[in-house]
Amino acid sequence: MTESALSPAVQRQLPAKAELAEPLSEALEEATRQGATAAEASVNSSFGLSVKVRQGEVDTLEHMRDRGLAITVYFGQRKGSASSADFSRASLMETVRAACDIARYTSEDPCAGLADAALMSADAPDLRLHYRWDIEPETAIDLARECEAAALEVDRRLTNSEGAEVSTHQGIHVYGNTHGFLDGYPASQHSISCVVLGRIGESMQRDYWYTTARDPSALQAAIAVGQEAGRRTVRRLGARRLSTRTVPVLFTPTAARSLFGHFLGAIQGGSLYRKASFLLDSLDTQVFPNWLNIEEQPHLPSALGSAPFDGEGVATRSRILVEQGVLRGYVLSSYSARKLGMQTTGNAGGIHNLVVHPGTMDYAQLLQEMHQGLVVTHLMGQGVNPVTGDYSRGAAGFWVDNGEEAYPVEEITIAGHLKEMFERIRAVGRDVDIRGNIRTGSVLVEGMTIAGE
Amino acid sequence: MSDNTMQHNLDLARQSILAPADLGETDLERVFGRLMGPKVDAADLYFQVQRHEAWVLEDGIIKEGSRSLDQGVGVRAVSGEQTGFAYSDEIMLPALLEASSAARAIARSGGGGRLQAWKAGEGLALYQPLNPLDSLSADEKVALLRELDAEARRQDPRVEQVVVSLAGVHDVVLVATGEGQLSADVRPLVRLNVTVLVEQNGCRESGSAGGGGRTGYECFLDSDCLKGYAREAVRQALLNLEAVEAPAGTFPVVLGPGWPGVLLHEAVGHGLEGDFNRKATSAFAGRLGERVASPLCTVVDNGTLPGRRGSLNIDDEGTPTQCTTLIERGVLTGYMQDSLNARLMGMRPTGNGRRESYAHLPMPRMTNTYMLAGPHAPEEIIASVDRGLYAVNFGGGQVDITSGKFVFSASEAYLIENGRITRPVKGATLIGNGPDVLTRVSMVGDDLQLDSGIGTCGKEGQSVPVGVGQPTLKVDALTVGGTQVG
Repeated sequence: MTESALSPAVQRQLPAKAELAEPLSEALEEATRQGATAAEASVNSSFGLSVKVRQGEVDTLEHMRDRGLAITVYFGQRKGSASSADFSRASLMETVRAACDIARYTSEDPCAGLADAALMSADAPDLRLHYRWDIEPETAIDLARECEAAALEVDRRLTNSEGAEVSTHQGIHVYGNTHGFLDGYPASQHSISCVVLGRIGESMQRDYWYTTARDPSALQAAIAVGQEAGRRTVRRLGARRLSTRTVPVLFTPTAARSLFGHFLGAIQGGSLYRKASFLLDSLDTQVFPNWLNIEEQPHLPSALGSAPFDGEGVATRSRILVEQGVLRGYVLSSYSARKLGMQTTGNAGGIHNLVVHPGTMDYAQLLQEMHQGLVVTHLMGQGVNPVTGDYSRGAAGFWVDNGEEAYPVEEITIAGHLKEMFERIRAVGRDVDIRGNIRTGSVLVEGMTIAGE
Repeated sequence: MSDNTMQHNLDLARQSILAPADLGETDLERVFGRLMGPKVDAADLYFQVQRHEAWVLEDGIIKEGSRSLDQGVGVRAVSGEQTGFAYSDEIMLPALLEASSAARAIARSGGGGRLQAWKAGEGLALYQPLNPLDSLSADEKVALLRELDAEARRQDPRVEQVVVSLAGVHDVVLVATGEGQLSADVRPLVRLNVTVLVEQNGCRESGSAGGGGRTGYECFLDSDCLKGYAREAVRQALLNLEAVEAPAGTFPVVLGPGWPGVLLHEAVGHGLEGDFNRKATSAFAGRLGERVASPLCTVVDNGTLPGRRGSLNIDDEGTPTQCTTLIERGVLTGYMQDSLNARLMGMRPTGNGRRESYAHLPMPRMTNTYMLAGPHAPEEIIASVDRGLYAVNFGGGQVDITSGKFVFSASEAYLIENGRITRPVKGATLIGNGPDVLTRVSMVGDDLQLDSGIGTCGKEGQSVPVGVGQPTLKVDALTVGGTQVG
């Protein structure tokens, strides 16, 4: 396989910021020329490689390469947007014209417009978000092979595989607007993942594990990823159902992340101004127990959720979102902030590293603390009503007796109400999962309804 | 008729994709010369130009509008079970040749192949090759949003918020294969949706409704259509204000007709996709010819329904779509296949090779999946239940194809007590086991309905539009994830 290493289609270098700034500035100028009173645009360029090995053989080898320019124009309080993957001058002009055309038909919206000029990021800090991983396809394939082999070696009941995947992505994002703001930064994300299947009699189970980081040297070893995927699949074998009951539930970090995802959904501006949130008017009220603290930390070096500025050029900053259980802030863009009569929190495009302060107990201690109940490792479906907070999802995990995992369980649901679930959090573990934008340990919640046999 | 449609679509695709790049058929031959080789079993190029627009009304004003243009070419080479893939957003010869080198790196030995003469593929004519974005003027689109908003607010004074969205896609694709087949499709797709928020005594609930298909926007101009969406969204929201806690436990469940067919999509549909069965990772693997459902159940995947959201004249590999019987009177009879998995399993492609875009690899996906009508009157089905749940509307679902466990979330449901529908209950997730849930179907209604054109299916990170449907049906035991124990 020497050919792929030499292939010219394999992009090796990100374009420089200045190279992307050029079409962006042209687009902004053209918008102004066409009569826009303000405009903002972003340009992205990214590339990557992904290889998947299944049962020792290459399954897919994919080269990715994407570009895009998106522009929003304002004619007073009316706006229009357009985007294109074609950077040619003709296409650029057409894109700007399309956005301007649309703005003739949208309505005056008193809250529409750029974020305030005074809030623009200046001297964006270098958050070390970009690391190259100069891995040849051959090496990536070998790594994926090692990973899958390690998984299948864990137990002879592991009889099949969905494969192991190694992927590397790099991209650069540049944003600019007619305040004169224009900045951008490169970022990377590299991953190794593995999914294997096990069988007992007629019943099969699957599970997975992955490692992902901006810096390839921060990745878990491929063999360790495989072994963890293997172990996780084995321990699901022989899963049973449970009868219907009300018990405490311990969400492992990957499952717990979704709980704070629902929390974020409820305190983001769009849900609040539409009154489509179960946490409406909850600012400065007790939402979590009085020992629980949550921060937003946008400047964590090399973290997956870090960003120097948000989708409107507003400088991001660290802040306390939940202090001793009391909600201290919302998640706002300049638009939703204006709708609510507030100030943007630098969250156009979302949160940047939500950090739930870890507690003192590790996973084993949390099991002891729970004594008897359900550990949820997997959640299924979308049974969450963001307006009322009613919660009902499919689940799988372990039944815990005497503070230890007794046996795996599946085909059950867990249900409750998110507001009550938040109040009933009894502990957060120190087993924090940092592979994402929401960082939390395991979360122990009292009194949830399990439906089963 | 369909021959003419294919010819027309091919002309249009050549004109809008190849001509601007100054690409001719001899250029494509050069690309295949680089892409093909002795160890390459199959190769294809997927050219696409997609225009998309969206309009949003909120707070009674036209708040947002956007247009996007996405175009590019995906290049694939397949050698045995191995796939090499690269794509480019530049439709031009050098980029194509580069992508071809990258994709064919999967097959180790060199040596160019030789392409036979080009021939046009076959396809169906299930929709007009029109551009829905041009089917109404911007003024008319805006008026449509306003009318639906007004209609929703007219329904009830408790309506606090109305969000209306209108979206259209004009998708032109051209598929060239290493066997010298050229196929094209021009695919319109429109969608209109209304979401309302109602408020009463400080309690809030939302409801939504909508529809669409492979047509122009004019299908929404019928005022009965708009009234229908508005009425449905408001009705659902108000109903949920009255809803009591849902029960927890295992009960008989009666599913309404139409969109609740998401049950079939999750419980059996994904598990019958060819890739999962070739790899034996599906709970249905190796079970062709076995009984997997009650004899009342016949389930098909049908990509040939005119104008439906899940329908296609050809799939994304140039294979005409078809109606595939997946389960016939309870017996597993077929899988859904793309060309790669069909070849490796010694089966025929079924026109289910689909991809989100040129930047994604095709794989077996559903089109419109539904259960055929049965003998029972819907009232008779409900009357047969002593204590259970009647679920008529759903959010999404999910399945673990290996364990077979699936969920789908009811957004409108009622208690059945002594054969009668009584109180509405809050939304709850239903969970079951795919390989045996249909064996527990004891009654099937005579009221087959398809959904209104709202479904989007996600698999391995790729989204494609799909349809579902079913008649009213009764599952003797399904677990209901409410909060009310006992």
